[in-house]
Amino acid sequence: MKYYVMILCCFLFNITQSQNCNSSLYGEIHDFHDGTAISNATIFIENLNKYTTTDIDGKFSVANLCDGQITIVVSHLACETKRLEIQVKGETFKTINLEHHIEELHEVEVKGSANSKLTKTSQETLLKTETIERYSSLNLGDALKQVSGISSINTGSTIVKPVINGLHSSRIIVMTNGVRLQDQDWGIEHAPNIDLNTAGSITVLKGANALAYGGDAIGGVIVIEPSKIRLNDSLYGKTIISGHTNGRGYSFNTSLTKTYQKGWYLGAQASMKRFGDFEAPDYSLTNTGLNAKGFSINGGYKTFEQGFNVNYSYLDNEIAILRASHIGNIEDLVNAINSPQPLVINDFSYDIEAPKQEVTHQILKTSFYKRFKNFGRLEIQYDFQNNQRYEYDVRRDSDDNDKPAVDLTLKTHTLKTSLKLDAKSNFTYNLGVNAGYQNNFADPSTDVRRLIPDYDKYDLGAFIITNYRINNDVHLDFGIRYDFNQIDAKKYYLTSRWEERGYDVDFNDIVIEDLGTQLLTNPKFEYHNISASAGVSYKVNDKNSFILNYGLSNRAPNPSELFSDGLHHSAARIELGDLRIQKETSNRISGTYHYENKGLSLNFEAFYNHINNYIFIKPTGVEYTNRGAFPVWSYNQTNAALYGLDLTANYNFNTQWFYKNKSSYIKGNDLSQNEDLIDIPSIKTVNIIGYSNEKWLHFNTELQSELVLRQKDYPNNNFEVYIPTTEEMVELDISSTPPTYHLLHLQSNITLDLSKKTDVNIGLNITNIFNTNYRENLNRLRYFADDLGRNIMLQLKLNY
Amino acid sequence: MKTLKNTLFILLATVVFSACSSDDDNPDPVNEEEVITTLTATLTPVGGGTTITLKSQDLDGDGPDAPVITVSSPIAVNTTYNGSLELLNETESPAESINEEIEEEDDEHQFFYQASNSIATFAYLDFDGDGNPVGLEFTVTTAATAGSGNITITLRHEPSKDASGVSDGDITNASGETDIQAVFPVTLQ
Repeated sequence: MKYYVMILCCFLFNITQSQNCNSSLYGEIHDFHDGTAISNATIFIENLNKYTTTDIDGKFSVANLCDGQITIVVSHLACETKRLEIQVKGETFKTINLEHHIEELHEVEVKGSANSKLTKTSQETLLKTETIERYSSLNLGDALKQVSGISSINTGSTIVKPVINGLHSSRIIVMTNGVRLQDQDWGIEHAPNIDLNTAGSITVLKGANALAYGGDAIGGVIVIEPSKIRLNDSLYGKTIISGHTNGRGYSFNTSLTKTYQKGWYLGAQASMKRFGDFEAPDYSLTNTGLNAKGFSINGGYKTFEQGFNVNYSYLDNEIAILRASHIGNIEDLVNAINSPQPLVINDFSYDIEAPKQEVTHQILKTSFYKRFKNFGRLEIQYDFQNNQRYEYDVRRDSDDNDKPAVDLTLKTHTLKTSLKLDAKSNFTYNLGVNAGYQNNFADPSTDVRRLIPDYDKYDLGAFIITNYRINNDVHLDFGIRYDFNQIDAKKYYLTSRWEERGYDVDFNDIVIEDLGTQLLTNPKFEYHNISASAGVSYKVNDKNSFILNYGLSNRAPNPSELFSDGLHHSAARIELGDLRIQKETSNRISGTYHYENKGLSLNFEAFYNHINNYIFIKPTGVEYTNRGAFPVWSYNQTNAALYGLDLTANYNFNTQWFYKNKSSYIKGNDLSQNEDLIDIPSIKTVNIIGYSNEKWLHFNTELQSELVLRQKDYPNNNFEVYIPTTEEMVELDISSTPPTYHLLHLQSNITLDLSKKTDVNIGLNITNIFNTNYRENLNRLRYFADDLGRNIMLQLKLNY
Repeated sequence: MKTLKNTLFILLATVVFSACSSDDDNPDPVNEEEVITTLTATLTPVGGGTTITLKSQDLDGDGPDAPVITVSSPIAVNTTYNGSLELLNETESPAESINEEIEEEDDEHQFFYQASNSIATFAYLDFDGDGNPVGLEFTVTTAATAGSGNITITLRHEPSKDASGVSDGDITNASGETDIQAVFPVTLQ
């Protein structure tokens, strides 16, 4: 404001002077954060093509200017270049503030890749736009598997949940455009509702060190950010179209953004995906299609000092689930497992029939930020999410198949504010508070007892993180966070279940209504959690660097772990939560060693995660119903340890040929029972050989070999069961893991430059080139069918 | 400043709007519609005599309590019985009969009857539109010698009725999903 006054004063004092060209501009350039003078900054006067630089005190002057408006561009190494219009009238003085932490501009999370220089002290990997675009027609989980140590737990090929160092679901936080995704992430068949096409970059942070996002990310955090807005007058966009042979699928995504140099911007994006039944090498996977539609609108105002953003996104996924995986009772499961191929195989179809799910997710976000000179950056954000989930089962009366068996509406409001103090160049502080309210409504018109009850949930959190830069080679990080969660549910229990669980003794006071065969109860739980993190990064020299860190995190049990109560058809098992379940506590230490020399880069990441009261589900008996027998799986707690090593290696033979390796090894132990943990990813190694040649239309190609070894370490959950129709006892083998498999994939693309601003990228990808039969241990449909056969995908990407 | 005001306004409006939509009423109970709590097979001897009922009743559905199996009396040797099934959902009041549902979609359902120790043989009396058996009505012919064994009644949804042996009542190739499976220990005398 005072500059305006100053300019105005100059203007007033000089008003009597006639227009002349003896005027001059002088001024000072300071760092926005701490006010220190910036020397050696370049000042370029655009309309006069004149240069000058600042002296050691940050001062500069330009003589012999004509009165009137000039445009100057101020730049400095490692600073954001600033363009200004200045009214020159006589002796004109101007103070200019430059932002010298350009790499942190608008940063909310740690950026950088395993191969770039260290910026902070966690194990993190960045997926860039080009990589994400390759997966435009697939899932978040598929794209993330490019990161060493990330695998996925699947229900078929369209429901893909990311697994970070062996942990998934509620143990992972997914942040999209600053919003913590709340989409009933507790279930294995509940994939994150993210349209990959909205992502400009994805950062994976292993472990719970990123306390700004939450204290319960025992596994890690996935941060999805939209493409950065360019601050110039521009209209740009891109369109991606792809076609697939497997599933006869096609997808379409388009986006358009209008930006103004003054900082205003508006963008829109829409995408659709359609797949029919996928194919295993030997048969069609009946009822595995997908129909997805989504769009988003993004607008706001952005300058260095302040801005706001309003974003709305809508995503609707209708996903068919393999028909043969819908099971009546344990005998059907025995038949299905023993059958070499699925028991239902029909001709190809785009139809999506029961069993299926349809999930709609909407996010409305508004945020506002302001930077204060010599102080820091304040941000306030409010977001609302609405997650509507329908699951359809095969019903006895096929007229009822249109009636969902699960109908849940989850609404979440979050208000958060954060303050980043970066005025001191060696210390930055990041602190924030957040408050959330969540309501789940289970519609009773399904005529199926609720899987998850109605509940209200309240969250309150506060954190402070300090980053201390000792020198350019050593960084220290400390963080602490407190979270309070309260869950207030209203749940019906069958009286028989209530008594069988012993709740009539322990929880008699929460019964609010007795309907004879059912009891209405009001479970109310509160959790106070403390999380902490500490880390150090040390760059020994240009070749070697290390990161060490420690994270303490606590996670309150999710509604599924507390309240699950019913028959799960796809698994033919009765799943039971437990009201007695306590929070789990993780202590994780990890270390990274990075080596970089000429064409070679190596990255080793090791971790040890000790989890007290680790919540998991395991078989605890068999129950009999009129349908027959079912195994009962109950949520339990134990002490567990997960540890492993992730390796990423890169070697550039020359500018054209390169070799890459990504390998991961992980082990999980149940320390109390002294046995292996279930669902631990197998040892995996990916070898890539690539070639690129700029001269051949920017040609890139890579051949990928993916080797997944049989998981030899698993708990034996097999049990003997009596099969009435054959009158014999059989052993139901649900534990043995599928054999080792090896797949080859090919990716290639060329880019045609149509004009200065328009190019077309044509990509040809073949996955599972040899149409290999395989089953993946972490795909829950592995009991019923082989995984996908060969797929040839053609993708056209138009940038304009 | 104006942008800030607008942002706050949108924010507040959304909070207020959504806060109004919650309600504090207790949720309605759900009576499981898909559950078959009770299967009763009534066996009436063709030449007259004692009618026998085989009943499997599981009033808590998928709950922890096992079905209660009752067999009214021993079955007579060397006798043909006419059998009929009644399926009920007794969690509803009055109890809902499931028979109709099966009759309406009889091409998608089939009952299978099995007896251990060769104590009895079964034959279908009712058929769907394609001439394939359904099994709500059937006959039981008991063996000539006294003994004991199990009678197993299974209802399969969407079985492959055309698969080998299925229309003769052999469950081996039937696939489909099991909706009911009840095992009755019986004595022949």
